[in-house]
Amino acid sequence: MRYIIRRVLLLLLTGWAALTINFALPRLMPGSPIQVMAAKYTGRLTPSALAAIAQALGLKNKQNVFVQYWTYLGHTLTGNFGYSLSEYPTKVSTLLAQNLPWTLGLVGFATVVAFVLGTFIGAVAAWRRGSLFDSIVVPTGMMLAAMPSFWISTMAIYFLSYKLGWFPLFGGSSSGSLTSVAGLGSILSHAALPAMVLAVISLGGFMLVMRNTTVSVMSDDYVKFARAKGLRNFTVASRYAARNATLPVVTNFALALGTVVAGTIFVEYVFSYPGIANLLYIAVTSEDYPLMQAIFLVIVLAVLLANFVADMLYVVLDPRIRVGGRA
Amino acid sequence: MKGFLHNKKALAGLSIIVFFGLVALLAPLLDPYNPNDFNFMPWLGPSSAHWLGTTGQGQDELSWLLYSARDSMLIALSTAGVISVVQLLFGIFSGYTGGLTDGVLSTVTNVFLVLPGLPLLIVIDAYLPNKGTVTTVFILTITGWAWGARVLRSQAISLRDRPFMEAARMSGERRWRIVLFNVVPNMFGVLAANFFGAAVYAVLTEAGLLFLGVINVNTISWGSMLYWAQAGSAMLENKWLPMLLPGVCILLLGTGFGLLNFAVDEVADPRLRRG
Repeated sequence: MRYIIRRVLLLLLTGWAALTINFALPRLMPGSPIQVMAAKYTGRLTPSALAAIAQALGLKNKQNVFVQYWTYLGHTLTGNFGYSLSEYPTKVSTLLAQNLPWTLGLVGFATVVAFVLGTFIGAVAAWRRGSLFDSIVVPTGMMLAAMPSFWISTMAIYFLSYKLGWFPLFGGSSSGSLTSVAGLGSILSHAALPAMVLAVISLGGFMLVMRNTTVSVMSDDYVKFARAKGLRNFTVASRYAARNATLPVVTNFALALGTVVAGTIFVEYVFSYPGIANLLYIAVTSEDYPLMQAIFLVIVLAVLLANFVADMLYVVLDPRIRVGGRA
Repeated sequence: MKGFLHNKKALAGLSIIVFFGLVALLAPLLDPYNPNDFNFMPWLGPSSAHWLGTTGQGQDELSWLLYSARDSMLIALSTAGVISVVQLLFGIFSGYTGGLTDGVLSTVTNVFLVLPGLPLLIVIDAYLPNKGTVTTVFILTITGWAWGARVLRSQAISLRDRPFMEAARMSGERRWRIVLFNVVPNMFGVLAANFFGAAVYAVLTEAGLLFLGVINVNTISWGSMLYWAQAGSAMLENKWLPMLLPGVCILLLGTGFGLLNFAVDEVADPRLRRG
């Protein structure tokens, strides 16, 4: 119970920290980049819209910072992110709702594939430590972990899409209707390459962590005892070693998720995928600060929630946490 | 140290780093042209004058590629250095001091651990007016220090109650002396592993930020080479070498630092060694 309470507190604290960073950054920066932005958009936006945005970003310093902070918290928690500058008068929330499903599909698929495949390969490599398979897995895992995701995406699109024509070149779909059978096929064929690239990028970390923790676990007494009892190799590997080795992998989920998020930003950018990460890039390059702030928050909150779920999964996997108060 | 030099991973990693270090140092001698010379025809194919052809802006690709080793090495070593110092201070204050200080600092670490780094970097960058090397090292440190800090903290905690520490305290040693001569030397293994881990992170992240064009793309660097290839539609010109080679270099340098990180871990933790 203590463990769960601590995790909930950490979730709230990190959520609050993210909100506060988002509020403080534009106000802390030297040389007021927001004034530059305001000058850029003057004439394109109505004065009242500009005034509202300026207020949201802390450009009007007449108001007390604490009052601004309070208004900001209220607006953010009710999902009121204001208007996008580059797509004015579209609301930021509308853009988010349009782009979010694409990213969720891409990331969901890639993470599950990378996790399942990565832990499996890692466990097998550890079990056959010193074998040919292991000596291929370790350097490959390190190469994958060091692989610049933007580069592997560029290479994949150049050779597989442009040269060989196996996959569409860019975008999320080329069909007008998204709900028909043809539309669905188009969505899947467009998602195939970016999803595979993202899965490959995320694979290395899971693989290495699983291999190393399994290696440590295998020298533990209970594994030796299980072997001494004469249990079948497969039973020892899957029920004794792998199950305990999965715990640190779940703990390392936070790190792995960072790789996935970074990978998504590059993959969506290179493939011009209509997801939220590409939207972040567009917002940054067009100095659309309200949109950028909202996307940053959405990404951070999604990561925090995923981590929280991983922590709760830990409770299911490890009975010690449920019984004792050990965190 | 002897075990380290007998480790295959360490030797492989070390050779890669020394190779790129030499290229970085000797770049002005190795370069056939000045990488900032824009006077050639754009998008020339590979020839005896330009082994890798020229960029869309009319620079010699090979000169750019070789000179870029400087930027990546500089960013990797300086960022890893700054991160190591931050982590060491953090680990000592948090782990060795304990109590309320530890509680507050650990919470800060946990917050930074779960905040996704790249979006944070991009957002900070978007607001920054000046985007030089120092700024890059600074923001890479902000987003990259937390992971290793936790490892150093647990190391400091495990040191705190060892008999030789007790002895040092009993004999009336001053606190800073204990920290400097008893704690810090015992952290070298973890610190070195973290240093190389941070170097991998710095090389990859800086290249990524350059590729996206959110930091100064006029730096002579592998990331900016990829940026200009992408911006100049190298793909449509069928120029795949300027897209392939910078990536290979980033990958190799990253793997080199990664191998060293792994090797230090193995030497420090006998359980990971090959049985």
